[in-house]
Amino acid sequence: MSESQTEVATRGSGPGEPEDKTAFKNTSNNRNLTDKLFTVLVTAAAFFGIVVLAVLLVDVFRDGLPFVDGQFLTSLSSITPENAGVYGALVGSILLIVLTALITVPIGVGAAIYLEEYAGDNFFTRAVEVTISNLAAVPSIIYGILGLGLFVNGLIVPGMGPILLAGALTLSLLVLPVIIIATREALRAVPGSVREGGIALGATRWEVTRDHVLPSALPGALTGMILALSRALGETAPLIVVGAVTFATFAPPISPEALFGRYGALPIQIYDYIQRFRPEFKDELAPAGIVVMMVVLLLVNSVAIVLRNRWQARR
Amino acid sequence: MSVQAGRGGERDPNLWRRNVRASKLRERGVTTLFAAFAYLSILTTFGIVLVLIFETINFFRQVPIFDYLFGTTWRPGFARAEFGVLPLIYGTLLTTAIAAAVALPIGLLAAIYLSEYAPTGLRRWLKPALEILAGVPTVVYGYFALTFLTPLLGNVFTGISTFNALSAGLIMGVMIIPTVASVSEDAIYAVPRGLREGGYALGATKREVATRIVVPAALSGIAASFVLGISRAVGETMIVAIAAGNLAQFGGPLESVQTMTAYIVAVSTGETAAGTITYQTIFVVGATLFVMTLILNILSIIFVRRFRETY
Repeated sequence: MSESQTEVATRGSGPGEPEDKTAFKNTSNNRNLTDKLFTVLVTAAAFFGIVVLAVLLVDVFRDGLPFVDGQFLTSLSSITPENAGVYGALVGSILLIVLTALITVPIGVGAAIYLEEYAGDNFFTRAVEVTISNLAAVPSIIYGILGLGLFVNGLIVPGMGPILLAGALTLSLLVLPVIIIATREALRAVPGSVREGGIALGATRWEVTRDHVLPSALPGALTGMILALSRALGETAPLIVVGAVTFATFAPPISPEALFGRYGALPIQIYDYIQRFRPEFKDELAPAGIVVMMVVLLLVNSVAIVLRNRWQARR
Repeated sequence: MSVQAGRGGERDPNLWRRNVRASKLRERGVTTLFAAFAYLSILTTFGIVLVLIFETINFFRQVPIFDYLFGTTWRPGFARAEFGVLPLIYGTLLTTAIAAAVALPIGLLAAIYLSEYAPTGLRRWLKPALEILAGVPTVVYGYFALTFLTPLLGNVFTGISTFNALSAGLIMGVMIIPTVASVSEDAIYAVPRGLREGGYALGATKREVATRIVVPAALSGIAASFVLGISRAVGETMIVAIAAGNLAQFGGPLESVQTMTAYIVAVSTGETAAGTITYQTIFVVGATLFVMTLILNILSIIFVRRFRETY
């Protein structure tokens, strides 16, 4: 801090009095220049990511958009690029996400309510909290290994094989910490007076939570949940490990039977197309698949935003 | 628990009657159920550890642990198979180092911009826009690295391999920027205003306040963001599986390497029967990866807690 002290002293010497050039060195010009350079640097850093994102989107859409057509969307995977599409993988992905949502939303919201509204500050609660924040940072491929050892091949109970249900359970364990964290944050944002008002009127804790706290926390929680689920939609590594098929030559039926059958998924189909030998797959079908996936993601996220805005308008 | 309906003396049994017993029962039921949901996270952690340990023990019955940890050749599935994990760890560390070289400085500078420089309106949309970067599926990044960045790098570095650590690492770095920026920004933003004003009162410029007062004050939070970013890079799978290749060797940045995660994906795409040694390698490599990221995650939790305590 010696530079700034020197400058203060210089400024403090007042008008009229001649400055002693040997004692005080006014560095403000240099420092102001460095400041300007630094401003440019931090601004560039903040926009760097956005620029890369823009380049990525333009590149991917330019590569893929010409090849997205009705035939691509309605065809199954094939060894000839002209006949190949993403239909089977798309259906598999949608089923996976719906199932994952059905499993994780009740459990995640319940766990969040317990931690935020009921649990006292004791050893177990703290242990659960540390565990959840650690689980949220465990690499997704590790969840795949967990699903492989636990659901597919079975550790204590017999395994169920590489079926859709095993994939959905694996994805559920993966997104659950994120959903819990998002819901807790939304619950925490509800003012304490809402709870106190309900309790003062004789409602039980659960009644207050169900009728007052949860409804006002829902928009925030919903946004967090949809973001978490859309992350699951793009997850590739854990599904590869639990044995989703890379070559979706069939679409799972839209019926409960699908739960126990094999399945493909959109990101895995894309990965498979990137790896194929014939260049058409990598250069045409893979980017076309990416465009489809990005559009689905965009739709899902817009639904989240619309839902939240509607909810907020009604209240 | 019946309450007289007041004047008139008529009693409506449905009015003012509250079934306390049912309420209490329901309360207890809800608490127990939701507590069970919360404890599921502990169960998941145990599940991960159990599954990893189970197959890892089976693996080390056949391969000496010393050969695994210090062997320099990774060649499973061959007639004379060798299981030295060092090439995979090398691949992981190389791509992670490249990613960190991108993400840590840019992430920190972006955090400084967001907290100290950006106008409020801009900050409000720039932050979520940055978060989109973290939401792009990693296969997409992998595709981008392989088909866009690698040819671009080929113009500068002749003789670059189609699959190389540099391209994968750079793109991985871009993916991690939001993680570093957002956690750092939280820490920087939490630094009390008084510290900044003290700096200005002493005649410091904006940059001097930012770099010599605010950043040092937020150091533990920034450290947490760095550790978390590195942990992401270590565990990242699809970018390296697509763009860095599958050669388990001690290659340079321009050559193909295989990370631990890429190995697991490569083995899993083929059908591997449970019980074989190749199947067990998935779990051993997974356990190694899990231990590495666990150490990093615990470190970051400690750092975050320290910065929360300060302010």
